[in-house]
This record gives sequence, C-alpha cells and structure tokens, in this order.
Amino acid sequence: MNIRAKQPFRFYTRLHLSELTGLTASTLTQLLRYLKEVPGSCIYHHTHKFLQQHQYLSPEPPNDFAYWVSVILREEELGEKLASIDTVQFSNIRSLREKIVKTVEDYLKKNPLAKLRFAHEDEEFHFIKAISFLIPTNYTVYDLREFNEVLKKITIDSIYFHIFEARLRLEKPTNDFSNWIESSLGDKQLAQKISGLDPYTYTLEDLRKQLIRIIEKKIPAS
Amino acid sequence: MAKIEAYIPIVGASVIDDLRLIAERLKGKLIQHINSTAVGGGVAEILNCMVPLLKELGVDTRWDLIKGGEQFFEVTKKLHNVLHGRPGEVTDEDLEVFMQTSRKNIEEVETYGDIVFIHDPQPIALVNKKGAGKDNKWIWRCHIDVSNPRQKAWRFLREFVVKYDAAVFSAPSFAQRLPIRQFLISPSIDPLSDKNKELPQETIDAVLKKYNIVRDKPIITQVSRFDRLKDPIGVIEAYQQVKRYNDCQLILAGGTAADDPEGAKVLAEVREKAKTDPDIHILLLPQNDIEVNALQRASDVIVQKSIKEGFGLTVAEGLWKAKPVVASNIGGIPLQIKHKYSGLLCHSIEGAAFSIKQFLNSPEYAKKLGENGREHIRNSFLITRHLRDYMLLFLSLYHPEDIVYL
Repeated sequence: MNIRAKQPFRFYTRLHLSELTGLTASTLTQLLRYLKEVPGSCIYHHTHKFLQQHQYLSPEPPNDFAYWVSVILREEELGEKLASIDTVQFSNIRSLREKIVKTVEDYLKKNPLAKLRFAHEDEEFHFIKAISFLIPTNYTVYDLREFNEVLKKITIDSIYFHIFEARLRLEKPTNDFSNWIESSLGDKQLAQKISGLDPYTYTLEDLRKQLIRIIEKKIPAS
Repeated sequence: MAKIEAYIPIVGASVIDDLRLIAERLKGKLIQHINSTAVGGGVAEILNCMVPLLKELGVDTRWDLIKGGEQFFEVTKKLHNVLHGRPGEVTDEDLEVFMQTSRKNIEEVETYGDIVFIHDPQPIALVNKKGAGKDNKWIWRCHIDVSNPRQKAWRFLREFVVKYDAAVFSAPSFAQRLPIRQFLISPSIDPLSDKNKELPQETIDAVLKKYNIVRDKPIITQVSRFDRLKDPIGVIEAYQQVKRYNDCQLILAGGTAADDPEGAKVLAEVREKAKTDPDIHILLLPQNDIEVNALQRASDVIVQKSIKEGFGLTVAEGLWKAKPVVASNIGGIPLQIKHKYSGLLCHSIEGAAFSIKQFLNSPEYAKKLGENGREHIRNSFLITRHLRDYMLLFLSLYHPEDIVYL
C-alpha cells in the first residue's frame, strides 16, 4: 500500500563557501593547539570537505588532518589513526573534536619525537571554516515513490546535507531521511536501515545508489 | 559566448538549478565589478565570461574600469612583482604616483553598486569612498600570490584592505592575518572555451603536423610562458633523465611578452639547451588557444614544473583533458592535485623525472589518475563552481553566521 504522508518532505540544498582563518600549523604541537581553539565549522570543514570534493574516489577517504599528518609530516601511524576515526559515531562536532584532539595528544605522549617534525613552507596546514548556506529546493514529496524519484536527480550536495550535516552540525538525533520516513510514513524498519548505513565508507554517488536500492524494495508495485 | 544551459551536459542540471536558486536570493542587489583593463590578462578573461552569465542568471551585474597613465601602470606592475615576493621594493615616489592616480579615480569613478567588487591592487584605493553616500558593501579580490610579499608594499596595501568588508584569495597559503573576513575562492576554467572544449581528432592531427611532431613515441608537454618562474630548463633536465630509460619527446609551448626582455633571454637559453636533441620541440604560440588545446590533448604526460604560481590553471586544463599531470607542489597546484589521487606532485627535477617515468611505465595508473583529475576539476574548478562561490560570497556579506538559512 502506498502511504501518503501528512507532512511532506522538502529537499534542501546545501552549499559551502570556504572562509580562511589565517591560522596555520607547521608542527603537530601547533596543529593540536588550533584544533582546540578553532570554531566548530573548521573541524567540520576539514573532516568533511575531502569526502565531498573527492567523492568520485574510492571509499574511506581520509580527512584533511589525516592526509596532512601522513603525507606531509610522514607520521603515518597517526595519520592512519586519524583517518580511521569513526565519524558516524559522533552526534556533534564537539565530541568529534575531542576525539581528534585526544588521538593527537595520546600519540604525542607515546612518540614525543614526532613533535620535531615540521612542514616546509607551502606545506603548512591552513585552517579553513565552512560557511553553509541552506536553501529549500522546489522538490517536495509525499510518498516513497516521489521521494525516490527526487533522490535520483537531486544534487549530491542535497543528499550530503540531509545525511551528514543535519545530524552532525545541526545536532539532530538522526539523518533527515530516516526522521521523515519514520515520523511521517511510519516505516521504522526502513528508517533504521538508512540510519544504519555508514555513509562515510561510500563515495557519495555510491551512497545515492545504495539509498535508492533500499528504498525501491519498499515501494509497492503499481 | 556560451549560455548557462550549455553547461548542463557537463555539470548536470541540478548544479545549474542550484545556481538559479542562489541567484533568486540576490534579486534587487546591484553588483559592480571594477578593475583596470577590459582586455588582456586573467582578470579580464574571467570577467568577460562571468558578467554575462551572472546577468543571464538574473543577477544585476555591471563592470567598470579605472583610468591610469603609463607611469601608474609601471608602478602597479612593480607592485605586482614585489607582492609576488620578487626582489626589489617600491619607493615612496612610486607610491605617490599610485596615490595621485587613485585620487583622480576616487573623484571620477562612481561606485553605485550595492556590492562593489574590486579586483587586484590597481583600483584598491577606491575603498576610500566607502561610507560617503551610498551604504554599500566592499570586496577586494586578490588574484596575486601574496604568501610571501615584500613588506613595504604589503603594509601600504594593507591600509586599504582593512577598510573592505571582505577579501578573497585563491589559495589558503595566501591568507593574511586581517581583521576582516577572508574567503577562499579558486579561479576556474571554462570547459566551453577554445582552450578547453572537445576537439575532433583531425584538428589535433593537423596541429601536430603543422609543427612536425610525429606520434611515434610518448609526448611530454609543458605549456607556459618562457619565464624562469616556470623553470623550462628544469623541464628539459627532467626529460633528459627520463629519456635514458624511456624513449620520448618533449614539447615546450608558450609565448613571451613583447615587452619582456627577460623572456627572450630565457627562450634563447632554452633553445641552446635543446639544440642537439631533435625530440625537443620548442613552440612559440602567442594566444593560440585551439593549438594549446590540441597539444595538451595529444600529450601522454603534462608537466607544470613552476617555481612560483598565482594559481596554475594549466594544471586544471591538463586534468580536464584527463591527462596524467606532474606538477610542483606550490601555490594553488596542491588544491588541484592530491598527490597519488589526481596526479603527482614534485619538489625537484629528479622528482619530476621519477613521476614522469612512473606514468610512462604504468599507463593504467596514469589513466586512472587522469580520470580522477578530470572529475576533480569537474567538481571544483569549472566556471559554474566559480559563479556559485561568487554568489555565495555576495550573500555572506549580509549573513555573518556560519550556517545561513535562506
């Protein structure tokens, strides 16, 4: 049976602009200091930009911190630890920041010599802040079939917003898709299936395909 | 001039839909660009493409010029060089020349825009009009690599920069400690321009024939002005190191400015260095975009071994053609190439030679990185992304928060 929601789902698009902070780190000690001080929008930028900008690459993309620590400072063990931080476990930027800070601190305690590594000029870490603009699109849907059709053509930025940003940055308890499917369509199972995906291990296009696959199974034959 | 619809097959309809959504939010705002020249140079090239597209999207956009005499432009050229960190310094007399012309422009140029968008140092002093009359917002767009500027010149400019509402730089390393907001907006390439559009194979073959280049061995190419900062001698040395193991040929293509005695000297040195090797092709192509496009498309590996770069859009041009690119880790290049993901970065001649060999010996790997590179450019360095960023920049002047609901 095709369930029609009372409250429709409105797709938003989210667009980023990068704001420079002028803060730079050449060593792990400096990186650590700024990791503690910079606005949450900086932590968000450096843990999520890579994912989006390089979304056509293989899954499990590293974040900017991991990339810089491994490739520039050549501290590959720490880089691996930072790359494998399970972002999906964190419900807000504050706790994600604490985890990153603790990972670097623990590593420096065990490997104090790592403090001596420094990046050359032109290779410093530059802290950047993500300014996000949320704009409602013209797509409003009432049932799963319509939802699925829009999912096929909406920008990757929109999927990105509803899956990642709404949860982590706006501190909603789950992603927007699961929230609507459960509260307005009453399909708790499907909602859980979607929130159970680890979106960080898919490329964004694969994530779109995976969502469509899961949802299509639930669409009643017409 | 391409219409906005023409970009849909390249970036997808949803990206263009987003541009329209943002443009709606700018209804009623008048954007006024001001720079110093309508033709020639990167800024004019971008504005010539950008202004009609913004208008087509419904954003009321105008473009005005400042005036200046020969002496003024000599000073601004010097200013440009020392901001790039080149040797020398501006004198007090230079700065007085700069101020004389600026005062005249302040009197004569009307700044009627809701947003006044000033490009580069030449018109920077117009900001002294801010607050007099219209309550408008001011942006300074810096197209120069100011990661390591000469201090006197930067201190002089800084007095003006701090009066703006926001500044825009092309790469993170160009950011300064400033009391105003600073944004990162990279330049872009136009995929429909002569330099980047798809070409039929016959055109490519005809260009190779014209320059007597036979495709019997892999082609390595650097497209650049004959300028020391582009290190053409270093490219030849890297090629020679490769040639010991892999038979290949090298194309160095580019122009020299007529008023640049240094360029002629560099070209002579390059010719001297290359003279015993028939596999080195030195081509002078002043402003021939189709030929540059064809040569890039005919290449097996593209090189950009610069010592200093404002941004290095030749890297984006190479990647957009899905070519494996080896380039120096400087300026805006690392934004375009993530090492081993979308190309290879190098720090030396030996490093460049090693990476070129890797690409020649592993065509599959080269192909994969080239394809990744093309997608990276599609996502981040095409004119459509540039339009989006500029429109968001305009909106951000009215929204100081990090998460903006529109």
